[in-house]
Amino acid sequence: MESERIRQDHGSPVPFKPETVTAAFKTIPDLLARDEALIARGRSLDVDCQLGPSTQPFHLAIRAGRIVDMIPAPVLMRSWRFSYRATPAAFAAHWQKMPPAGWHDLLALTKRGQATLEGDLHPFMTHLQYFKDLLALPRRNGFGGLS
Amino acid sequence: MSGFIEPIVGRYLHVEIEGEINRIYFEENGSGIPLVCLHTAGSDARQWRHLLVDDEFTRDFRVIAFDMPWHGKSNPPDSQYGSEYRLTTASYTATIRAFCNALGLDRPVVMGCSIGGRIVLNLAIEHAREFRALVGLEAADFQQPWYDTAWLNRPDVHGGEVCAALVSGLIAPNGPEVARHETLWGYKQGGPGIFKGDLYFYRVDGDLRGRTGNIDVNACPLYLLTGEYDFSCTPEDTLRTAAGIPGAKATVMERLGHFPMSENPEQFRRYIAPVLQDILDKQRL
Repeated sequence: MESERIRQDHGSPVPFKPETVTAAFKTIPDLLARDEALIARGRSLDVDCQLGPSTQPFHLAIRAGRIVDMIPAPVLMRSWRFSYRATPAAFAAHWQKMPPAGWHDLLALTKRGQATLEGDLHPFMTHLQYFKDLLALPRRNGFGGLS
Repeated sequence: MSGFIEPIVGRYLHVEIEGEINRIYFEENGSGIPLVCLHTAGSDARQWRHLLVDDEFTRDFRVIAFDMPWHGKSNPPDSQYGSEYRLTTASYTATIRAFCNALGLDRPVVMGCSIGGRIVLNLAIEHAREFRALVGLEAADFQQPWYDTAWLNRPDVHGGEVCAALVSGLIAPNGPEVARHETLWGYKQGGPGIFKGDLYFYRVDGDLRGRTGNIDVNACPLYLLTGEYDFSCTPEDTLRTAAGIPGAKATVMERLGHFPMSENPEQFRRYIAPVLQDILDKQRL
């Protein structure tokens, strides 16, 4: 298991509103549904995981690369195999059209203490590029224009 | 254009390294000052193909890029099949010196990226007088690890996919899409455990903290250039290293990451051209 403590005391590199980050995260299932190539890359992936802003993570059920359920945490006694949570500031920066250096990759965010990766990392690592592209989808949807 | 043949020539050189003949694949183009280019961990010399066909650079430099043993078209040494590959400071240094000697190069310039950048620092520490100049890309005396290298070689994880996915974040966003794919393709093609074995040098054996202060840039000029989007060897890592080496020149390259020569060749050219010109100017003094 790999765990890094989220530091909340860092300033944000871009202005943002926390509610817009959560709202943008909620669009990910629809954005994925329109991306057949990304779904195809996850075709052998079945996992229950917890992803999202550290202030409002979500439980996701992924089957054959498709998100079949996404519900805000906490859910009573819901299990997950791994969790990737980042500060709202981190997602806001990550979703910019040109993300600032050091905020442009999921593992850059864990290195700088803006995200935490926990649990059984096997499904995450076997589908690392899938999860990188999945969690970057709001950038494609123009999130960067909101800040 | 269909039928166009690039001027790069590829050949095999038999080189004795640490007591055993290795069959080393190298590519070259140009004439003049030998410029030996070292690829990153887990990849191969194809990363340098754009520099190798640069009309301006190859007018004054004999650009040479070789695949390290176990990488690209350089097979493992005959005696080493079945053993675990581990690059060390000593073996990496010996390989570069043996390659240059076997080709009969007269005080070449060596330019290396990532692990190649780190070993350039060791060449500056131990063998500066053998080289005309040294160029370290994404180079530092040490950098903090950001993942567990055990993930790179295990039977239940696809090595090519995980190696490429890990390093994909080291490429600056919004660069040329094909160049990004090509850079990652090199990682998808590495042999099992080779990236991990290279990182043994990077993470464990090649910590140069406390040694770089001995580098004498009067014996051999040293240039360090790092991409702003490299979060593995960060600009801060490079600037800290350079600050401890009197006379070393450090540059932070905008809109570039850990693979400047392959992820965005045009952007890299803007930064490496003045360095190569500076090296040329020093020869003409």
